[in-house]
Amino acid sequence: MLSEGKVRIAFYWMASCGGCEEAQVDAVSDEPSLINILDIVFWPVAVDFKKEDVEKLPDKSVDVALINGGVRLSEHIEMAKLLRRKSKIVIAYGACSSWGGIPGLANLYSREEVLSRIYSEVPTVYEKDKKPTVKYITEEGIELELPEVLPILLPLNAVIEVDYYIPGCPPTPETTLNALKILLSGKLPPKGSVLGASQRALCDECPLNVTKPEKILIKNLSRIYNTRVDPGKCLLIQGIPCLGPSTRGGCTALCPRVAMPCIGCYGPLETHTDYGGKVISFLASIIDSKDEREIARIIEEGVPDPAGLAYKFTLPASRLRLNLMKWGGRGA
Amino acid sequence: MPSLRMRKIVVDPITRLEGHGRIVAILDERGDCIRAYLQVPELRGFEKFLEGRPAEDAAVITPRICGVCPTAHHMASTKALDDLFHVDPPIAAKKIRELAYNIFMLEDHALHFYVLAGPDFIVGPEAPREERNIIGVLKKVGALGYKIISIRRKLRKLNEKIMGRTIHPPFGRPGGISKPLEPEVIKELRDSVNEAIELATTTHKVFKSIVLGDPSIYKLIASDAYRHETYYMGLVDDKNRLNFYDGKLRIVDPRGREYAKFDVHEYLNYVAEHIEPWTYIKFPYLKTVGWKGFIDGPDSGILCVAPLARLNVSDSMATPMAQQAFEEMYETLGEKPVHYTLATHWARVIEIIYAAERIKELAEDPDIESREVLNIPTKTPGPTGIGVVEAPRGVLIHHYESDERGILRKANLLVATQWNAARINMSIDKAARALIRGGEVREGLLNMIEMAFRAYDPCHACGTHALPGELKIIVELYNEKGELLEKKYLRD
Repeated sequence: MLSEGKVRIAFYWMASCGGCEEAQVDAVSDEPSLINILDIVFWPVAVDFKKEDVEKLPDKSVDVALINGGVRLSEHIEMAKLLRRKSKIVIAYGACSSWGGIPGLANLYSREEVLSRIYSEVPTVYEKDKKPTVKYITEEGIELELPEVLPILLPLNAVIEVDYYIPGCPPTPETTLNALKILLSGKLPPKGSVLGASQRALCDECPLNVTKPEKILIKNLSRIYNTRVDPGKCLLIQGIPCLGPSTRGGCTALCPRVAMPCIGCYGPLETHTDYGGKVISFLASIIDSKDEREIARIIEEGVPDPAGLAYKFTLPASRLRLNLMKWGGRGA
Repeated sequence: MPSLRMRKIVVDPITRLEGHGRIVAILDERGDCIRAYLQVPELRGFEKFLEGRPAEDAAVITPRICGVCPTAHHMASTKALDDLFHVDPPIAAKKIRELAYNIFMLEDHALHFYVLAGPDFIVGPEAPREERNIIGVLKKVGALGYKIISIRRKLRKLNEKIMGRTIHPPFGRPGGISKPLEPEVIKELRDSVNEAIELATTTHKVFKSIVLGDPSIYKLIASDAYRHETYYMGLVDDKNRLNFYDGKLRIVDPRGREYAKFDVHEYLNYVAEHIEPWTYIKFPYLKTVGWKGFIDGPDSGILCVAPLARLNVSDSMATPMAQQAFEEMYETLGEKPVHYTLATHWARVIEIIYAAERIKELAEDPDIESREVLNIPTKTPGPTGIGVVEAPRGVLIHHYESDERGILRKANLLVATQWNAARINMSIDKAARALIRGGEVREGLLNMIEMAFRAYDPCHACGTHALPGELKIIVELYNEKGELLEKKYLRD
């Protein structure tokens, strides 16, 4: 995929926090020689090339575009389509771009509910009739435009074709470098593959895994806030819903190492669309009871917010999405 | 140039502005700028989707607001959770949190000084574009620069060992932290404190010799172009000394007199948010004075935060070297509060010294060796939990309301960058009015504007100069009907 000895690469961010950029900078700091083989054609956070510069490029002249963040504003769709047209390979970088990420939890509410909370309900706002508008005429008589907030947040593959995925919130520098090495090797895996992370569940690389029995059976699920956790033991056997068994490895189990549960930022192992459903059925399977009502009660006590636990990073990419679309953002 | 009554100039997107950003300058019939707007087109809705989540999840959800300062959100959230669950962490947990927090502040400030804003000062505002980046900084300061970068990376990796991760840390829990420090981490910490001090003193030396040693840069810092006489707010300890992790909020008026000092639980008595229809960002202001528009002075409630504001509200610094540097800045600039926006860079260097000295104090404190780092909440949660920290870019407040199971019902977040949004708009407006005359966009405009926002907030200039690149500005001239008349590239 090298053209003239260098990889022509574009970076872009949509509804994101900047953590993906920090991770990319960390990755480059760990291997500074990368700078010599990357020809950066677009990177709004760090390099001064504008959208117009991208528009002028011939189609398919960018080797690879790494896009992070979810699709939240009208202008994100426009930029995603532009980069798709100009790039040979488009990669969804990070959890938000892959499946919506944490900002995707906004899909549990309608756009109007989100806007109303922020611009009129919070206790610090007193001017209840004011809110941002897409087209506004200033007192000087000039029109100012804002991009429109879309009814729901979408993952990148809902608006353009995506070739590969690099998971994580954010992907660790190691995951990022692994993925870049695969791209540079020219030996590209099948389209739709996940790059740079593990092919196995997180438990496989977790140092606490040695304490996990072959078959887990627990009497109760607990919330972490009122549970004293033994940092040397698997969180699941202590009743904490750790998502390690359902989540792709690749981060070296950073959260369990400090006695905190995996919250699933590397997403599903397979490309199945319903990661959250898998999480809930796994949790049900480790409860030591045959009584369905008891199982339901135990899950309800330990997991008061099943959607927030199981779909923390993947709601917009889940099967629930169809319902969300149908109901204009409500539901779940 | 076509004749027209009124025009606008759009700079879109402004590179290196988090969540993009767009500057629109409006011109009168003579082509003079009469108003400039900074629009922030970004909205994700955290305040809404926190509703329905277990409160403890807020500590991992809210860092995703900002990947540049996730530790600040994590810490404000964890403190709000202590409050919501009515639990006081053991002293060791408080000290370890503050220690990790100071390491974060130090490395974040160092990033800003060397990589983001430093190029303007260290390489110089007049230097060619291709040199005004981190590579130019390294050339100018030599081997020292590489040493600073390696110390910074070491500190970041140390924080990963303490907090679990540097980007989006998980270790804070209501009542303390998730895991005590292992002896080898404590040893590594203590072995590293002198390097943290070295980073700080070296940075101070670099600032004084290269920046203050250059009369043209000193003149720029003390220039009226970036001066706004506003209120200032920051966290102070019981002796009115700056503290990043805890304390009371203190506000001083534009003449430096204490206007208010209060516990964060009283913030609603002092703070309100103003909404403008042309941007998604909200503008917090001092409620007791009122929103009077984008103007400064004692009758306008615009309230500034971040390093300069923090020093402006502090009577002194809690550590000796920082105190000395603090006195020197106020003596040199000859006023307190200092109203020169660009002095924020100087204040940031003083805070680097404070953070390094505080890291040393806390790392050497035997309390951090304790295995008792968590008190488990036992009381019924809610209904309210409020937490505050000083993020690198200023006061950060998390306010949660929950039911009796600790499920969040309401959330309000006042994020550091918001506080300065009004003042940043004023700085950009001032620069645009001064420089856009007779329909001509003068050469220095872009850099003047960039320097205005860069001083406040690397979140608004994330990665500035991180890599070489030619800077371009797109100028679009519209008539009053909004029709595009002319479009051109302007190079700095």
